[in-house]
Amino acid sequence: MALLGANGAGKTTILRILAGLIKPSAGTVSVLGLDIIHDVQQIRRCVGFVGHQSYLYEELTVSENLLFFARMYTVPHAQERVHELVRRVGLERRAHERIGALSRGQVQRVALSRALLHAPHLLLLDEPDTGLDREGSELIDALLAEHIALGGSILFTTHLLERVLQQSDRIVILGSGRVLYNRETAGLDYDELQRAYGEVAN
Amino acid sequence: MRIFFLHVIAILWKDIRYELRSKQTWLGMGMFALLVLVIFNFTFDLRVDNVSAVAPGVLWIAFIFASLLGLGRTLAAEREQNSMDRLLLCPVDRKAIYLAKLLGNLLFIGVVEIVALPIYTLLFNVPLPAALLLIVLLGTLGIATIGTLFSVMAAATHARELLLPILVFPVIVPVVISVVRATQQLMVPTVNEPPWIGLLIAFDVIFLSVSMFTFQYVIEE
Repeated sequence: MALLGANGAGKTTILRILAGLIKPSAGTVSVLGLDIIHDVQQIRRCVGFVGHQSYLYEELTVSENLLFFARMYTVPHAQERVHELVRRVGLERRAHERIGALSRGQVQRVALSRALLHAPHLLLLDEPDTGLDREGSELIDALLAEHIALGGSILFTTHLLERVLQQSDRIVILGSGRVLYNRETAGLDYDELQRAYGEVAN
Repeated sequence: MRIFFLHVIAILWKDIRYELRSKQTWLGMGMFALLVLVIFNFTFDLRVDNVSAVAPGVLWIAFIFASLLGLGRTLAAEREQNSMDRLLLCPVDRKAIYLAKLLGNLLFIGVVEIVALPIYTLLFNVPLPAALLLIVLLGTLGIATIGTLFSVMAAATHARELLLPILVFPVIVPVVISVVRATQQLMVPTVNEPPWIGLLIAFDVIFLSVSMFTFQYVIEE
């Protein structure tokens, strides 16, 4: 599902609430049938989050970061899982380099690996293609396709309407924290989406 | 319970690695503690009859200020990128985060104290009895329990270096009085003194319980 909206519409806030990082000020939130207030630890186990920040430690290496988070999520066979993900995102040669020494795109790949470590049911991605080159973008698309093929779900925000049409089966447009537009992607073309986005978001 | 302690060890190990790479906290704290000891040594007119009145206070001023310097740094490092979210995202008991941070702070402060204590005994010409090590351990625990809790609050603000001492000092006054008086007692034993070490243990237990309980609310707000 794609979440669209102008800056300040509330996209990032919704993702942060769903990731269990902040509490909703009103209303109820349910993730995978679990209540965000009472079952937040269980939700954190089932959710992977990639935000604007990498949520990685700059002084630690790629492997050390992933191994640390694997332990935090109590991932079985953590070393093997880390090795597998590092290889999968094409950073085998840089596995022992500090995060601070990597480019923005490489950091984004590690951030996605971190979010995938515990094989979450739901991936929350806040503009996941930020800083990625074409190759990185394709790699992330492939990883996300694998995640969906394995039965996972993705909720992502983006400003790229092409990506929305290609990768989502439902579109929600937010404005001032409210759902202003909600429909399935099937049967929607680029011009129609652009028109709807322009009308609703502005 | 096993997972709880695995999380504690993982966070502690990460913090130690991080510190060994950046070397910011240990070096800063160590230099600060040594400078305080040296400056006070030059400032005061130390004679055999007044050293016991001055030396315990100087020792604890050095340790407390150096501790606050380190406490501010360890959580500030976690707040890099303006958030604690890296840890909060994980399904980890918040008490495990607190315990790991507390153990990390105790370790960082402890290393500085181990280096500073022999220098203190040399500069002030005072003995280093084994009981002093116990007092230092209990005093450091009292400072670190409250300091770890408040450093999370202070790290969320822009003025954390200013705010941390303002928050911590009033609360640790009972610990400071106890450690200074207990240290004095070691140098010049007097009668009718309260059981300072017993009081220190009581303060530590209270501070640890309260901090452990309130940490999860502080860190998530």
